[in-house]
Amino acid sequence: MSTSERHTYDVVVIGAGGAGLRAALEAHEQGARVAVVCKSLLGKAHTVMAEGGIAAAMGNVWPEDNWQTHFRDTMRGGKMLNQWQMARIHAEEAPARVWELEEWGAVFDRTPDGRILQRDFGGHRFARLAHVGDRTGLELIRTLQNRLISKRIDVFMECTVLRLLTVPGAADRPGAGRASDEPEALSAPARERSSARVAGRIAGAFAYWRESGTFVRFDAPAVVLATGGIGKSYQVTSNSWEYTGDGHALALWAGAALMDMEFVQFHPTGMVWPPSVKGILVTEGVRGDGGVLLNSEGRRFMFDYIPPVFAAETADSEEEADRWYTDKKTARRPPELLPRDEVARAINAEIKAGRGSPHGGVHLDIASRRDPEYIRRRLPSMYHQFTELADVDITREPMEVGPTCHYVMGGIKVDPSTAAATVPGLFAAGECAAGMHGSNRLGGNSLSDLLVFGRRAGLHAARYAQSLPAHKRAVADDAQIDATAAAALAPFAAALTPGSAQAGTASAEGTASSAGGTTSARDSAGTSVSPSHPPENPYQLQNDIQDVMQRLVGIIRTESELVRALKEIETLRSRARHVAVVGHRQYNPGWHLALDLGSLLTVAECITTAALARRESRGGHTRDDYPSADPAFATLNHVLRLRDGRLVLTTEPLPAMPPELAALFEDAGAESRADRGAPAGGKGS
Amino acid sequence: MAAYDLSLRVWRGDSDSGDLQDYTVGVEEGMVVLDALHRLQQTQAPDLAVRWNCKAGKCGSCSAEVNGRPRLTCMTRLNLFAPTDTVTVTPLRTFPVIRDLVTDVSYNYEKAAQVPAFAPGAPAGDDGHHRMKQSDVDRVQEFRTCIECFLCQTVCHVIRDHEENKPVFAGPRLMIRYAELEMHPLDTHDRRDLLRGRAGIGYCNITKCCTEVCPEHISITDNAIIPLKERVVDTAYDPITRLGNRILRRRR
Repeated sequence: MSTSERHTYDVVVIGAGGAGLRAALEAHEQGARVAVVCKSLLGKAHTVMAEGGIAAAMGNVWPEDNWQTHFRDTMRGGKMLNQWQMARIHAEEAPARVWELEEWGAVFDRTPDGRILQRDFGGHRFARLAHVGDRTGLELIRTLQNRLISKRIDVFMECTVLRLLTVPGAADRPGAGRASDEPEALSAPARERSSARVAGRIAGAFAYWRESGTFVRFDAPAVVLATGGIGKSYQVTSNSWEYTGDGHALALWAGAALMDMEFVQFHPTGMVWPPSVKGILVTEGVRGDGGVLLNSEGRRFMFDYIPPVFAAETADSEEEADRWYTDKKTARRPPELLPRDEVARAINAEIKAGRGSPHGGVHLDIASRRDPEYIRRRLPSMYHQFTELADVDITREPMEVGPTCHYVMGGIKVDPSTAAATVPGLFAAGECAAGMHGSNRLGGNSLSDLLVFGRRAGLHAARYAQSLPAHKRAVADDAQIDATAAAALAPFAAALTPGSAQAGTASAEGTASSAGGTTSARDSAGTSVSPSHPPENPYQLQNDIQDVMQRLVGIIRTESELVRALKEIETLRSRARHVAVVGHRQYNPGWHLALDLGSLLTVAECITTAALARRESRGGHTRDDYPSADPAFATLNHVLRLRDGRLVLTTEPLPAMPPELAALFEDAGAESRADRGAPAGGKGS
Repeated sequence: MAAYDLSLRVWRGDSDSGDLQDYTVGVEEGMVVLDALHRLQQTQAPDLAVRWNCKAGKCGSCSAEVNGRPRLTCMTRLNLFAPTDTVTVTPLRTFPVIRDLVTDVSYNYEKAAQVPAFAPGAPAGDDGHHRMKQSDVDRVQEFRTCIECFLCQTVCHVIRDHEENKPVFAGPRLMIRYAELEMHPLDTHDRRDLLRGRAGIGYCNITKCCTEVCPEHISITDNAIIPLKERVVDTAYDPITRLGNRILRRRR
């Protein structure tokens, strides 16, 4: 009923950031018919915001570097909760992915002998990040975008996917990503989860054009989710409006499993002033290039927060830390370059102790440590950003910074090698996939993750699709389409209360068709406007979701607050049933936001549920009531699924590492000094 | 600057019709034009169509014309104006309006699709990888800071009020794309004929409006368009080269 526009592809890639574009290119390379579907214009995805670089052990600056060291850094940064197979594949393949970008036109900064220059970053033992000033993400996305254009791959821009289409499981399902224990039937589905029908297999996706508000149906046996993160469920975030957890929610509703959702990375340095820019990212490159963190007393407080596990390889005096930038043989790393979770917690603690900067952050000072010319050359967009938005000249005065929600380590549970989710035909890569980063991601490992696993997702999605002959390809029944369309149009059925909207007129256009929907259609994502409940404003609801997550599920968590958060999310969910929008379907941001609320609520519940279950502190999950890491949780991942419309959490054991890799972690401290070839005269004790 | 009530005038409408509408929006210190538009959306005009993404000047989505000047609304501070000023926001004029401040920028993507892809030569390094000096890539990197906000395209008078030129002129954004490829140390294509023909470089008469509005401060005219013009002229119009070409062609 709802749509006349229909397309057929082998592989539909949802998301046009680094992972999505890389997946599409690879699937195309394999001969598959590919479409990219994205919420924004091509080239605007959140990847453009990545500043620091792409971590890859190319050894251009430090020939000593190798994949084993990168693997080890990644695992230790993730507090050993990473899927080791993913961390290994990532470390092994990242250099090839960077060189490939150069072959496709990327222009990285150079070493004196003309190779790709690599810079220092938190948690990486060697200078390892291939970069272009502080706009590496832009370079990456533009390179992939230009290649995509030259390959004439179809792109559906400003097109938002509402649901993945599925068909009931078939006996002859191909091997990739078998759903092991999905329930056979779901009854009485609740709210936005209702379309979590039995995990069969993927049959396509159903979307709407933002521009016209009309629906579009994609029939495809393989879907790659590359939708990025969940930052917009928090108030203070470095993420753009698109980061509403769509991929996480779409996967969960389609019957797939999520993993590690409690782990959310708060980047230590976001802008804090003025209020309208609060949360915008300040690259870790500032610290990599010599910047230091100071409290209101002018103290380099990071020396007070060096955890034992990193003590052996972290400088314990300012003299040694400063020497490290030029002398990596005998000096150890400055504590400002500890992994992000450590730095964010330290900043949080300083602010709480009353030693913060005037606007509730701490100072990040590079002005007094590097000359203006160097700063402008190495950090041009930071210079620009602070001059334009905060009237601060970073070559003359310190910046004010504080933690900002930046990245979610958790995501769709995937096979480490094929990027296949737990529903056949579904693949995921990049931020929306789980496992690679464990409980905390190292800076620079995101862009390399996108490339390595984006490529693998595209490769295996294409192979999967090609393994299904045309007559075996399932086509989703129209009921799914009709129910989703009806639910999507329901918010038009109510006008906002008088006074809250003057512009536009509430129009019932298109809503008549929703009347005949089934029960599940009304429940699914939908709005049931009742006269007894006032219509809800989508902007207010989003704001309230962000408020709950920021207040109760932020950097520091505790049981009572998490329990309260779950209750408040439930209240918000029932309020969201009455969301109403004004105007018509053509490019209507209020309506678009109303449709994003389902994903936001779903990921909020997932994060909170997993956070409540993990009674320890590790990486991007800190519990006030369980302040230290607990060995009992050290080998467990939390997995979330929908069963009978309810979110169910199970624990799964972490796969054991083979002995030759486990050996990399023995006596880490002593080894790290030995590796660097440090003379005994260094900081031996 | 404390909080105050901003007089905001926004163009509302679609491809058929539209006009400027007046609003009063409460604003505070540090806010940018995009913040004011968002507040308007949240409180008074929930269906106001605005395109935006990063809100940090990095993605180039939120371009509009503010008091007649093409700008990124996320990087335009309200303290640029007096609190008593009316701030008028209109959509990019060069592109067809979809709704309110959102325009159809597909022209730019069509022109981008006409650019032949990067074609590198064989790697120079004995490790199978390329070698390039930083000094050789500096100028290419300048062009690659482009965030595709299309402000240069909207301000360019060749296409701003001349729909008929769009088929024959690629616009400043694409000129720096051509320049980036032409000046790339590894690239082997020759795009000069294309520049003279389909991209229509001759239409540019170097008024430098594009350079003036570029939020990335790329010297579009001086560093990209003029050198490209010189290259095109050298091959297409230099009398000695032309003579040489004619003789060679005759021999062939």
